Amino acid sequence: MTEFIVKRHLQALLVLVVMTLLVFFGVNVIGNPVYIFASSECDQPCLDAIIKDLGLDLPIWEQYLVFVGNLLEGDLGNSFTHGVPAMSLILERLPATLELAFCALVIALFVGLPLGVAAGLRPNAFSSKIIMGFSMLAFSVPIFWIGLIMIIVFSVTLGWMPAVGRGDTVSVFGVDLSLFTLDGLHHLAMPAITLSLIMMAMVIRLTRAGMREVLFADYIKFARANGIRERRILGFHVMRNILIPIVTVLGMEFGGVIAFAVVVESIFSWPGVGKMLIDAIAVLDRPLIVAYLLFVVIMFVLLNLVIDILYSLLDPRVRLGGNSS
Amino acid sequence: MSGAALTGPAPGVWRVFLRSPSAVVALIVFSGFCAIALLAPWITLQNPYDLAQVDIMDSLLPPGSESWTGMPYYLGTDGQGRDMLSAMIYGIRISLLVGVVSGLIALLVGTIVGLVAAYRGGWVDNLLMRIVDLQLSFPTILVALILVVILGRGVDKIIFALVVVQWAYFARTVRGVALVESAREYVDAARGLKLGHLRILFLHILPNCLPTMLVVATMQMAAAISLEATLSFLGLGLPPTRPSLGLLIANGFDYLQSGRYWISVLPGLVLLAIIVSANVLGDRLRDTLNPHLS
Repeated sequence: MTEFIVKRHLQALLVLVVMTLLVFFGVNVIGNPVYIFASSECDQPCLDAIIKDLGLDLPIWEQYLVFVGNLLEGDLGNSFTHGVPAMSLILERLPATLELAFCALVIALFVGLPLGVAAGLRPNAFSSKIIMGFSMLAFSVPIFWIGLIMIIVFSVTLGWMPAVGRGDTVSVFGVDLSLFTLDGLHHLAMPAITLSLIMMAMVIRLTRAGMREVLFADYIKFARANGIRERRILGFHVMRNILIPIVTVLGMEFGGVIAFAVVVESIFSWPGVGKMLIDAIAVLDRPLIVAYLLFVVIMFVLLNLVIDILYSLLDPRVRLGGNSS
Repeated sequence: MSGAALTGPAPGVWRVFLRSPSAVVALIVFSGFCAIALLAPWITLQNPYDLAQVDIMDSLLPPGSESWTGMPYYLGTDGQGRDMLSAMIYGIRISLLVGVVSGLIALLVGTIVGLVAAYRGGWVDNLLMRIVDLQLSFPTILVALILVVILGRGVDKIIFALVVVQWAYFARTVRGVALVESAREYVDAARGLKLGHLRILFLHILPNCLPTMLVVATMQMAAAISLEATLSFLGLGLPPTRPSLGLLIANGFDYLQSGRYWISVLPGLVLLAIIVSANVLGDRLRDTLNPHLS
């Protein structure tokens, strides 16, 4: 067990090093940030001063070492356009994104699970075909298109829903959330539903597949033979066994949700980190772009690490059979 | 042996395939779009990217309008006065091109990796599959997003990003099938005849992997087109000089609030039709060719 955990940590570390290299060298090849600061009258000495000020006169590998050193201290540099530390900008915008992602997760689970159970119980019924068709559509149709249609239908045509922004927020433990105001929920609904669709499709598929597998297991037959009510069999015995893979996959997909949040936030002008990234790219705000990418990668690697270790604790087959693929 | 495999896994595959009405519709729709993409320069009323043919005075006309020269704008015009129908036909061309080319390159890379891993086994297999595992543990949209942010816009760049996110799927699938095939008797027989490794790999094992590859390729192409559209919509994918369907939708997004729905919605419907038809085709191919693939 200890060996597995140590190996898994080393692997995560390796991925992080590779990703920082990729992100840093990749981003530093594009664009020239000097011109953002230089006014049109800026002559060569003035340009040199800016270059020196930004640390761009050092060789690139030295810039990288400085960058990693700062990274370890939690300093990702100052945003070129905002003039404040990139990290604080991300942390400031993060609650909006997490709130959106969390709501999407909840919607996906609460709608997806019952639908998946229904489709798994009667796989040949017409209703199941509709559910599976819906899940295929939600999985394959680009979500920006769904968001667009929602805006056309509910905002432009019907005028029921606001198309942009976050609405009123209340401060909860120092974090602004729109989850607890009526206006905030009103603004949150469309982006959250749009973002939830892919996860919902995944939950439906996994639940249905799990149902098909678990329903024929011996312990379910025994439970039935014991006269346990069908409702309890479904709600307890079946659910407990299909929830493990669903929660795992959802945990692993969280990185994808944050990435898709970029799309949803752009459509609905939701002021989260994703919208910030797109704005930063438009003006080539390198520190902010690097900070965002690294932040997402680190979050994703850590999340994966935690899930893998939790999973290996829950299911011994993972760590014992890991090498015999 | 290889000849038999190339003509399909069993006689009558076509007939089985065509038994599903939705698959037939999907096939017609998808081939229709492919034909439109190929014929784009000959069937459009104007070349929407030739500035001499576009009149800014005709911008934002609703569907069914006419230009002052009498040219019909069946689907209206966009903010720059481009004929939406022509712009969409070119958009289909670019979207399909990006999807197909990236799919083919990823197929090539993934197939070679998968075949080598399955045939060589041992540490080569282990190493390659670890890389595949690692790659697949990252969500595609995340990897693609990071790559296009780093690389910038461009047809070649988006194709590269799409290949990077797709090859691992092909590698894993091909390895799985090739492993099963390598254990079959005909491979033993070929080895017994002292045929070369490459010959066994490409003439004996590969043809038997083709049906599975076809299924994965169809699905991946749909995913690639969708991903490209998403990235282009964000302004990260293709450059404005090569507007794919995603970019057309993004252009129309600005006019949405003022009720000029056609600039966004029409290319969106086409994108939807392409992706859904490709997915239905892939589903049906899977059912007919390879019921074991999940």
